Amino acid sequence: MVDILFFVFAATAVGGALGVVLQKNPVSSLLFMVGTLASLAGLFVLMEAHFLAAIQVIVYAGAIMVLFLFVIMLLNLGHDYRDDLKTGLGMFTAFAAAGALAGVLVSQLRGVEETPLAQHFPGPDALDQLLAEQGIIGAIAHPLFTDYVVAFELVGILLLVALVGAIVIAKRRV
Amino acid sequence: MTLDFVSNVDYIWALLPEIVLSVWAMVVLLAGVRRPDDPPANTAALGWLALVGILVAAVANGWLYGVTSTADAAMITVDPFRLFANWVFLLGAGLTVLVAGPYVTRQRLQAGEFYTLILLATVGMMFMGGTRNLILLFLALETMSIAAYVLTAYNRRDRKSAEAGLKYFILGSFSSGFLLYGIALVWGATGSVHLTEIAAVVEAGAGFTGLLLAGMALLGIGFAFKVGAVPFHMWAPDAYEGAPSPSTAFMAAAVKAASFVAFLRVFLEAFPTLYESWYPVVWWLAVLTMVVANLIALTQANVKRMLAYSSVAHGGYLLVAVAAANEMATAGLLFYLLVYTVMTVGAFAILMIVSGQSEDRLQVEDYAGFGWAQPVLAVVFTIFLLSLAGFPGTGGFMAKIYILQGAVESQLWMLAVILALATVVSYYYYLRVAWYMWMRSAAAGNDHARVWTPLPVWLALILSAGVILYLGVLPSGLLDGAMTSAQGLGVVRDGLLGLRP
Repeated sequence: MVDILFFVFAATAVGGALGVVLQKNPVSSLLFMVGTLASLAGLFVLMEAHFLAAIQVIVYAGAIMVLFLFVIMLLNLGHDYRDDLKTGLGMFTAFAAAGALAGVLVSQLRGVEETPLAQHFPGPDALDQLLAEQGIIGAIAHPLFTDYVVAFELVGILLLVALVGAIVIAKRRV
Repeated sequence: MTLDFVSNVDYIWALLPEIVLSVWAMVVLLAGVRRPDDPPANTAALGWLALVGILVAAVANGWLYGVTSTADAAMITVDPFRLFANWVFLLGAGLTVLVAGPYVTRQRLQAGEFYTLILLATVGMMFMGGTRNLILLFLALETMSIAAYVLTAYNRRDRKSAEAGLKYFILGSFSSGFLLYGIALVWGATGSVHLTEIAAVVEAGAGFTGLLLAGMALLGIGFAFKVGAVPFHMWAPDAYEGAPSPSTAFMAAAVKAASFVAFLRVFLEAFPTLYESWYPVVWWLAVLTMVVANLIALTQANVKRMLAYSSVAHGGYLLVAVAAANEMATAGLLFYLLVYTVMTVGAFAILMIVSGQSEDRLQVEDYAGFGWAQPVLAVVFTIFLLSLAGFPGTGGFMAKIYILQGAVESQLWMLAVILALATVVSYYYYLRVAWYMWMRSAAAGNDHARVWTPLPVWLALILSAGVILYLGVLPSGLLDGAMTSAQGLGVVRDGLLGLRP
């Protein structure tokens, strides 16, 4: 059952991603993107990362994509942008590069469990134990506020920069 | 003081300069809140306030020399390389703040936010130079880049500034995407985002080679964008030309320096064993950057655009140091970055005060006869131009010598020859401006007499010119510092004579 669900979600994720780049209409591109993000949330659920899945749906598929949709509709693009869409050689190069990268990823998948590196990652058992001890939120929050506390604080500065910058650039009167 | 990072409190000490600067940036932001009818004297005071913050951060940075860290795996490193890089960033930010003051007042820009963004961008740079963790590196790079995008588009009354900001933003975010994907693939290949651990896994041969090479390639593309290497330089001339001049000085000097510091640290600390795979790519990037940028700069009649291409060309010289990848080259890169920061900010400062209120005096013809009308300014500008060209007796010359020495130590003969030839070509476009200043008589109705230099700009110019001349004559003190800072940042390898492309 899990295997079947995995392939369903994986297929919709990849199909949605293709839809994003192949659609000429930005609104349909965006809706495909919502589909991709929702499928990723499904994959997270299959990995028992329920909290991550919920955040993925609420923040990405929900809030951010709706914001995107508003912006696209408010901009009222019309059809002027169509001439600027790359076709032919540009598209071929893009797909060739993406295909090459996909090839590398797939080629590395074979025999992945036997490699010494696979031992480096904590297996499902370790994860289960961690979840039993700390719960899903604790398992994310604990490293966030201990090991990665510097990164966490730096994100605060990054957001401050973005906020100040956005206000300076978008303010009505100067 | 010894830090072991068992307790997170240690991070407060290890990050003291960054913390001081971030807090100060917020103080400047709050102090910058003012009514629209306030007198302009307040904006000048904000500049001095920001400068004090940079000086306090510099003191904290000096204090860090007495601190040792025993934890290699910590998020932040306390090594002389980081501290030296911090000097470069703080110097660049300080000089930018000094020269920006009159410009900000003249163009009626939002002073508080301007200085805040400069300080926070500097915080981002200091993190970039000081971390071995790729996640932190990416966040720091984004902090710096987003501040730089905003500083580019800062002059909202100027269409060119907005266009430059948009171009820089789109291409910059695109390149950040490459970098992030590269980080993800490297993590997938080695199971770590920490440079020393990545190096250990790679050396043991435990990583996935294909994935690792793909990740390394994407990281390289991301960094090549950020340092503006040909063929990833398309954003640079437009962004540099359209941005307000103080922002251009800051971007061309400090932002580029930070990208190079991070580039060097990632490739030398994480992938030293893969040197044979990545150095040919850097080799070609360096050659293309030096040749193409110098050739295009030859044809520029607009001095700001010429300096933009010259900045790209200097990126090529610095890439030679990355390709050479030995301690001498790393020390040369640090030395070069310091000299380059000083001379670039100085040159853009002169450009800024000559170009006038409406920024329309940017053509090389506008400098005709400038030397005899404003001798002191012209002499200082000539010093900057000669240093940028790499004329003996200036800091720029010594910096190029050290990079050449590094290239020769790695037996990159071709690269050394191309660097020397490119430098000779660059003499033409730098000296052309000097020639116009001193050898051509001024056109009728010129505005040379009206060029007025405010006190902070004088301070920055005299300081920069002094540093350049001092380093041109007595470089050994700074070089010793750079050599100590470069310790351990080189690829150790056996004789490779004849293996160069």
